[in-house]
Amino acid sequence: MRTHQANPARTAWLIVGGLLAAMAVLAGCGSSGSSSGGEELQKLGKGEGQLNLISWAGYVEDEWVKPFEEKTGCKVNNKTAGTSDEMVSLMRSGEYDGVSASGNATARLFEGGDVSPVNVSLVPNYKTVFADLKGQPYNTFEGKPYGIPHGRGANLLMWNGDSVKPAPRSWNVTMDPKVAAKYKGKISQYDDPMSIAEAAVYLKAHDAKLGIEDPYELNEEQFQAAVQLLTEQRPLVGEYWSEAEKQISSFASGDSLVGTTWQYQYFLLKEEGKPVAASPASQGFLPEEGATGWSDTWMISSSAAHPNCMYMWMNWIIEPKANAEVAEYFGEAPAQELACEHTKNPNFCAEYHAEEPAFWKRVYYWKTPLADCGNGETDCKNYNDWVQAWTSIKG
Amino acid sequence: MSRRLAQLFHGRPRLQAGALLAGPVGWLVVGYLGSLALLLLAALWSVNPVSGELVKGLSFENFETLFDEPVYRTIVGRTVAIAALVTLTDALLAFPIAFYMAKVASRRTRAALVVAVLIPLWSSYLVKVLSWRNMLSGGGLIDWLLEPLGLHGPGYGNTAVWLVMSYLWLPYMILPIFAGLERIPDSLISASEDLGGRPFTTFRRVILPLAFPAVVAGSIFTFALTLGDYITPKLVSNNQFIGNVVFNNISTNLPFAAALALVPIVVMIGYLLVARKLGAFEHI
Repeated sequence: MRTHQANPARTAWLIVGGLLAAMAVLAGCGSSGSSSGGEELQKLGKGEGQLNLISWAGYVEDEWVKPFEEKTGCKVNNKTAGTSDEMVSLMRSGEYDGVSASGNATARLFEGGDVSPVNVSLVPNYKTVFADLKGQPYNTFEGKPYGIPHGRGANLLMWNGDSVKPAPRSWNVTMDPKVAAKYKGKISQYDDPMSIAEAAVYLKAHDAKLGIEDPYELNEEQFQAAVQLLTEQRPLVGEYWSEAEKQISSFASGDSLVGTTWQYQYFLLKEEGKPVAASPASQGFLPEEGATGWSDTWMISSSAAHPNCMYMWMNWIIEPKANAEVAEYFGEAPAQELACEHTKNPNFCAEYHAEEPAFWKRVYYWKTPLADCGNGETDCKNYNDWVQAWTSIKG
Repeated sequence: MSRRLAQLFHGRPRLQAGALLAGPVGWLVVGYLGSLALLLLAALWSVNPVSGELVKGLSFENFETLFDEPVYRTIVGRTVAIAALVTLTDALLAFPIAFYMAKVASRRTRAALVVAVLIPLWSSYLVKVLSWRNMLSGGGLIDWLLEPLGLHGPGYGNTAVWLVMSYLWLPYMILPIFAGLERIPDSLISASEDLGGRPFTTFRRVILPLAFPAVVAGSIFTFALTLGDYITPKLVSNNQFIGNVVFNNISTNLPFAAALALVPIVVMIGYLLVARKLGAFEHI
């Protein structure tokens, strides 16, 4: 058949040589320096007609986007991202004007020079944002606000009221191996390095000699203790969930009986009549140690091509009515004080504790773990260490 | 213009072939080998631990982490073991089916069977995996079927991954074996019988050696597909496979993800070399 065959060894060497040459060329293009963050906008101009956003699914929906487009003439192009990590890498592409970043992404975006400070005097609705959402370490850097708070939620402890008795008051049902052993194979844990912070919240309350202050700023000893706790938890975990739907299905079927959840899953399961329960009002709606949570912030890109439209968007999304619509659609507490008057469900703000500073005082919002501990020490574990440790914990 | 072009190519077969192949070969080199080269290159970069930005210098720290941390050995071992197990299972299941289709079934039955093998490929991968997730859940179909026997289903875990993967990739094993068996002339089987070969001897000394390259060809599909999958493990187990760790690192630590992604490539190259030795490519 094939009479004249090329010498395969020679062909192989040619290909390898070509690849090496390509690599050398590409390596030459590399090592670009980090860009510095942009300046804040001084004066609001006319809209640019376009707006490119990155958001969590459910944050940019027709219900409140259409009126915005009509009012400002800014056409919204939205890209939803599944994880904070994805948001960071999308923002680095420089093609987007803004992002709804959670606290575990904001510091990375700031350090990378990907976002600009926000001139809040150009965002009139900012005045009536809940005070305890302003000036927080995950949305304010070097004393300047780097975004507009959008909404927040707590990671609750949820359990099956029929099977888990007595009702747990503490995270020990998932974190203390002795107590948790009772629910071996039925524990549901969030599949994210942020779970290490959850273990740290537990240790902060139960192991005083570790001296944990901030569950996101852990030195070697504190970090190893949290990792150890989760490693012991590993054989007891029935399921690590990362998509809300996956957890809903396993709580509905009874495959999971107790674990960390978002308010969204809890209320959805309750609505379906499933026997789920969470900490009652008498315990401040949270287990005794408090809980981790998230607070999302709209940030503006340092290379935004449509800064005026982005400012209009940041003001629009915390307009009382729009903010109420987003919060109800997504299942989170609104950031706007005045939004509570506009929710379709009159009890919405009460259910999500939007107006209870005492509830949020016990919530440790996600933030990016950095080597800088925030107290003068610089020996804390950074986010890469967290990711690696999370891989090792799951084994 | 066209005349001059025609003159240029006239009587120059090498130039003709070159012009014809430039497009596809260019695509192969740039689009395929080029991206592999980028992958290899990215594996040598690192990330700035504070901002998470790429540092495009040469370093081998990703490979060091890969070798030093025991968890990655466990994960690679688990992935390769499941891939091998799935391949073996599929080969054992597929051979009789393919043999029946190729040598025993009537024309009509054969057509019906080919359709039956192909139909699962028409439905979405996710639908199939999620149905398995439901069947395997506590008190689900499998538990219910096993209950009268006093047994429990395997639940979620490695066994579940093995079951689901074996199901998913079975058609990719049946079809090559079916094609391979179909090519064996019936006269060879008759000849073996005429020479006094018992059925089992005929199978062992005539059919199996002739069909073996087809089995190896099918195994390349099942092995490679299992090696690269990360959605099934996520939906029916808590265990991490190579693909899961690549996925988890891809946006925070791209260089490490790239280094890890080279592992299945190396495993696959080794597998293909063995497959070539076993004669899988002789009839292509």
